[in-house]
Amino acid sequence: MRHMEKIRLRDSNIFRLICFVLAPLIIIIMAGQKNGGYYNGIVCTFGIYALLAASLNLVNGFSGMFSMGHAAFMAVGAYTSAFLTLAPQQKINMLPGLPEWLQNVQLPLLPALLICGLCAALLALIVAFPVVRFKGHYLAVATLGLVVIVRSVLDIEGDVTNGARGITGLPSSASIWLIFGVLVVSLFIMYRLLSSAYGRSLIAMRDDQVAAQTLGVNLTAKKISIFCISAFFAGIGGALWGHTQTVISGQFFYFNMSFKIVQMSIIGGMASLSGGLLGALFITIVPELLAPLESGFVLFSYPLPDLYGLSNIIMSVFLVVLIIYRRQGLMGNSEILLDTFFSKNTYTSVFKKDEYKHFAKACINLCQRKKKS
Amino acid sequence: MPIDYIIGQLVNGLRLGSIYAIVAIGYSIVYGILKLINFAHGDIMTLGVYAMLIFMTMLGLPIWMVIILSMMISVCAGLLIERLAYRPLRSAAEETTLVSSLAVSTLLQNVLLMIFSAQKQAFLLPDYMTELHTIGSIHLSTMNIITFASVAVSLVVLILVIHKTRIGTAMRACSENLTAAKLMGININKVIVFAFAVGSALACMAGFMLAGEYKTVDPAMGFVPGLKAFCAAVLGGIGSLGGAVIGGLLIGVSEMLFAGLMPTTVTAYRDAFVFVVLILVLLFKPTGILGSRERA
Repeated sequence: MRHMEKIRLRDSNIFRLICFVLAPLIIIIMAGQKNGGYYNGIVCTFGIYALLAASLNLVNGFSGMFSMGHAAFMAVGAYTSAFLTLAPQQKINMLPGLPEWLQNVQLPLLPALLICGLCAALLALIVAFPVVRFKGHYLAVATLGLVVIVRSVLDIEGDVTNGARGITGLPSSASIWLIFGVLVVSLFIMYRLLSSAYGRSLIAMRDDQVAAQTLGVNLTAKKISIFCISAFFAGIGGALWGHTQTVISGQFFYFNMSFKIVQMSIIGGMASLSGGLLGALFITIVPELLAPLESGFVLFSYPLPDLYGLSNIIMSVFLVVLIIYRRQGLMGNSEILLDTFFSKNTYTSVFKKDEYKHFAKACINLCQRKKKS
Repeated sequence: MPIDYIIGQLVNGLRLGSIYAIVAIGYSIVYGILKLINFAHGDIMTLGVYAMLIFMTMLGLPIWMVIILSMMISVCAGLLIERLAYRPLRSAAEETTLVSSLAVSTLLQNVLLMIFSAQKQAFLLPDYMTELHTIGSIHLSTMNIITFASVAVSLVVLILVIHKTRIGTAMRACSENLTAAKLMGININKVIVFAFAVGSALACMAGFMLAGEYKTVDPAMGFVPGLKAFCAAVLGGIGSLGGAVIGGLLIGVSEMLFAGLMPTTVTAYRDAFVFVVLILVLLFKPTGILGSRERA
């Protein structure tokens, strides 16, 4: 039995179900009604960013490394999916340098996504062997270097990648359902991974490398594997991104993108997958809200000129302020969102009377507290 | 391949390398004390260049005054950034300050973008600065000679400052151990401010040279050279002044030789090449060429 005093709304499963499962579902369904609309676009972008930020958190928040190379893995995913899903005719025109067998391949999106993830993971594997030995910010700079290297390859190997012009006409087959389906499945995999023995040893490694090692954690193997797993999801995210934008080129997968994903993970909280979701939500919505400011607005009847770049400025200032005052990010290291999402308890609570009572009491409690104050 | 061509490439490399060297010194000084990779360093460079552009084209000031004024602006910007974005984070993990510096870098780039637009603008030096001097088969402009000279001068002056003055001794103490230095009664804020001021002034000077080299300026011009200068500082042994200069010159020369001597299909990988060098250095000799002796 719960005590009367301690009844809080956020402990109620019903409340959580409404907030974290039903409300997003309704938003997604509503946005999914009109394919290609403005809100649809935003919700899709959010889904992809959430996947990217959560996968970055695997490395940055749970393993104690700090990678900034997510854009590179995204690029690999996006280009691989372009190679696999474009029609043979398009490939002959745009990418004459592709090998014969790849020219004739045309896969549906879902198997292509898997291969994209694997390709990104392969790059991560190659890179990880030297790179995971670096400590702290050296790793960050080395992975930033990887972004430069990948961009150079994309821009220069024009026969295979169509150079700086990029690849156009990707099939826009990534519907909102597919994106959120992939997101939920990926989050579930990551969530289970982190609650497994593997995830625990990862967290042990983050907290104290030496102690973890004495307890028998193979540090290098852990670091390399989590780097690859993270890149796998980044590759999938990149591919999905390519299929929503339908145009990809090297310049999209550069510092800006890498930094944006790092920003999401920092804002939301690195040591929490739900933090990634929250950060992604923030980064998707706030610039949209600030966008009107950029194209010149009227302040006290004085029209300001176009302020291109203003939303970036505000976001960076916000980031600096946030890491000064709340370094662990909005979520810290709690996992409230996903706990609700993936626990059976949430869904079975619908059938229990107690939960409704609890919910009702919590609501009443809240109202009374508001009246008092 | 004619020997003149190779010598020409060598000289070009030294020119570029000197610029990297000057930026790398700034990185190295700050890193030596705070263990902070100041990504905004390259953007302070850009800021300095834009300040010069204004002073030179709009106000038409003489060049020496332009340099001094824009250096002052860069120093102010550097100190402001240190005060607002880095000082509150002094006890934080190094990744946190790294993110902060990246945020500042984005901020500076976007402020410049907002004011000056993303378009490249011409940066024209007065004629006497671009006048060519020929020594044997080497062609150098007055600007290049100034570049070389300023690397040498700033290296010598800084080494003297670090080894002979009070503040220099304090800097060395801070780079050994910041906490211990603080406990010994060294005003570490003063030391850090000094380091940032020197770094920003040097960045501004490097920006002048970089803009003179490319003859155009744009808001994102400083970021990648800044990163390369960081690579140079690591190659030379981060925290060491001589190392920064050697690293800068080596990176510049090898980049130019790579661009000039390799087959044309490969030369476009100049930027990638520098980062491959960085990864190799970190793998095989993480302390860099001069190791951690002579810390700044």
